[in-house]
Amino acid sequence: MIAASKPRHYTVRAGRIALQVLLAVIVCGLIYGAFVNAANNLAHAHIASGFGFWNNSAGFDISQTLIAYSASTSTFGRAFWVGLLNTLLVAGLGIVLATALGFTIGIARLSRNWLVTRLAGGYVELIRNIPLLLQLLFWYNAVLKALPELRNSIALPTGGFLNNRGLFLPRPEFAPGFAAVMAALLVGVVAAIAVRIWARRRRERTGAPAPVGWWSAALIAGLPLAAFVLAGFPLAFEQPQISRFNVIGGLEILPEFAALVLALSVYTAAFIAEVVRAGILAVSPGQTEAAQALGLRSGATLRLVVVPQAMRVIVPPLTSQYLNLIKNSSLAVAIGYPDLVQVFAGSVLNITGQAVEVIAITMAVYLTISLVTSLLMNLYGRMTAIVER
Amino acid sequence: MKRIATALSIAMLLAFSAQTAWSQTLQTVKQRGQLICGANGTLGGFGLPDPQGNWTGFDVDFCRAIAAAIFNDPSKVKFVPLTTGNRFTALQSGEIDVLSRNTTWTMSRDTTLGLDFAAVTFYDGQGFMVHKSLKVSSALELNGASVCVQQGTTTELNLTDYFRSHHMALKTVTFATADEAIKAYDSGRCDSFTTDSSQLYSERLRVTNPDDTIVLPEIISKEPLGPAVRQGDDTWEDLVRWTHQAMLDAEELGVTKSNVDEQLKSPNPEIRRLLGIEGQFGQPLGLTNDWAYRIIKHVGNYGESFERNVGQGSPLKIARGLNSLWTKGGLQYGLPVR
Repeated sequence: MIAASKPRHYTVRAGRIALQVLLAVIVCGLIYGAFVNAANNLAHAHIASGFGFWNNSAGFDISQTLIAYSASTSTFGRAFWVGLLNTLLVAGLGIVLATALGFTIGIARLSRNWLVTRLAGGYVELIRNIPLLLQLLFWYNAVLKALPELRNSIALPTGGFLNNRGLFLPRPEFAPGFAAVMAALLVGVVAAIAVRIWARRRRERTGAPAPVGWWSAALIAGLPLAAFVLAGFPLAFEQPQISRFNVIGGLEILPEFAALVLALSVYTAAFIAEVVRAGILAVSPGQTEAAQALGLRSGATLRLVVVPQAMRVIVPPLTSQYLNLIKNSSLAVAIGYPDLVQVFAGSVLNITGQAVEVIAITMAVYLTISLVTSLLMNLYGRMTAIVER
Repeated sequence: MKRIATALSIAMLLAFSAQTAWSQTLQTVKQRGQLICGANGTLGGFGLPDPQGNWTGFDVDFCRAIAAAIFNDPSKVKFVPLTTGNRFTALQSGEIDVLSRNTTWTMSRDTTLGLDFAAVTFYDGQGFMVHKSLKVSSALELNGASVCVQQGTTTELNLTDYFRSHHMALKTVTFATADEAIKAYDSGRCDSFTTDSSQLYSERLRVTNPDDTIVLPEIISKEPLGPAVRQGDDTWEDLVRWTHQAMLDAEELGVTKSNVDEQLKSPNPEIRRLLGIEGQFGQPLGLTNDWAYRIIKHVGNYGESFERNVGQGSPLKIARGLNSLWTKGGLQYGLPVR
């Protein structure tokens, strides 16, 4: 009589699953227990807890706000959004500049020109080895001290001022007719993309090249320009004025903002340069030789053959560098730039005293930003990956 | 499996650890042999280490008075420099035993942070410091000015309140520490620096050109400064409170650092109770009966500490003003030791 029992590998597998479920329950229990313990300790010590502070009036002023914010009527929640937008602005701008500079330096380091190579190498070695905080303080104090005081502002030819309070530019004021210009820009972009696709298909079919660069530029710049003229120049500028204490009016760019973006970009660019150099060196030299044998010059070889293949090596470490830049932006607290950490985990935390909630929210926000960034970069990485058959 | 079990049990111990008994601060301090005091670290006259590393200042002397009362030795204190950003969390978490760092006593700090303020050692108010070259003679002329301020202080909030109620435009520039704020004020980044008036007197000595700086006459807020302790430890709070009261009573009764030994023979019953010759007032605090004698012998009375650190015997030259004794028209009123 054969016993109708399950084969042994089923029993072992069920045991493993049961163990993992037990482990998951224990871990969740620990996390929950830690939360409850923290809440009990806070209550026992008469420290206010909970998220009720979100809707309380903030009472403090913020020097740079991308959305409407008033010290008297805005809430702590509003201050959080202001800080978050400032962080995203710095991080976004920093990523763009760092990538541009990093790619340039990285490719420069592989140049055949001896001086260019050495200069790029020197830049990388210098910037990589000095702590970012010191570099940030250098930029802030160098930027500030180099600029003149308010009374001696440098007057810009476009109508703005440059002094140690910031860069003040004429603020554009959009008349209603400007919507037509924006629509024309959108049409121009779509048309440029369509033209590129058509030109590429024609090249694949017949081999005839087309100056798509010029056509795209003409469409993207020309259509909005035409709309601008036809709509009757719907754009005015508010000029900044020097008053007794400050510059009033115009678009204000804080020196703290400039120092932070410069420091972050320069620092991260040094790391990105090395990542790019590694990626380019990883492409088999046979590719370069084949491209040159076909008659492509070095610029075209880089652009059409080497860099597209190098991207699949570059993208993962590049993601790490972007995440580093985003997290390093929290050093804004050292120079007084009102980013998320300075506004929320600084001013709000100290006024409400609720350290646990505020730090938890700040950590969650940084985690979300980083996860979204790495998700987007992974998507891009998948697009540049080699498709194997 | 065994490694997992060990790791799990350790993790459980950490996550489920029992609450620390905060009511045992005095026992902890005595066992440690040292008081840990949260201080400023950068404010001359209140809490600043000198180039040899010895801490001096009005708030520092208060901590030394507590140490003298407990250990009969004013040097058994460790000073932890704190910024406005971490001063309250340091006290809440138990890193320090008492916070003596020119901190304003406000309702929200008293009720929501799990802290209590034991006394008001310095009645102060908020003022403004401006460059003389701006030709401003009153805070009401600061419409549209840039003002440097430290984050997380009552100063930040009072500033916006003042400008709002006077319908003036304001640009704030916030910094994490006073050092950075002063540097920014110095370089011309902002027109004015605002903080407690006593701090202004001290910071004014640090700017590169003190002659170019004036302190405006307006005092725009009440800033009662005092030491803070954790809630839930009544004995410790009483100890800190009565340290300050003893220093005030000593000044009222004319007991000073130099004459305290002769005053031991005084027939005055108030002095005899204060210095512990009569009565058992030290024991409920967990101290010896000569607790107040120790304080005055090692640190001096309130007036001596004031004059030495921030008054006429110091570079700050702050007048007693509101901090005079109640008998001279001020607000410092010593509670009776009886």
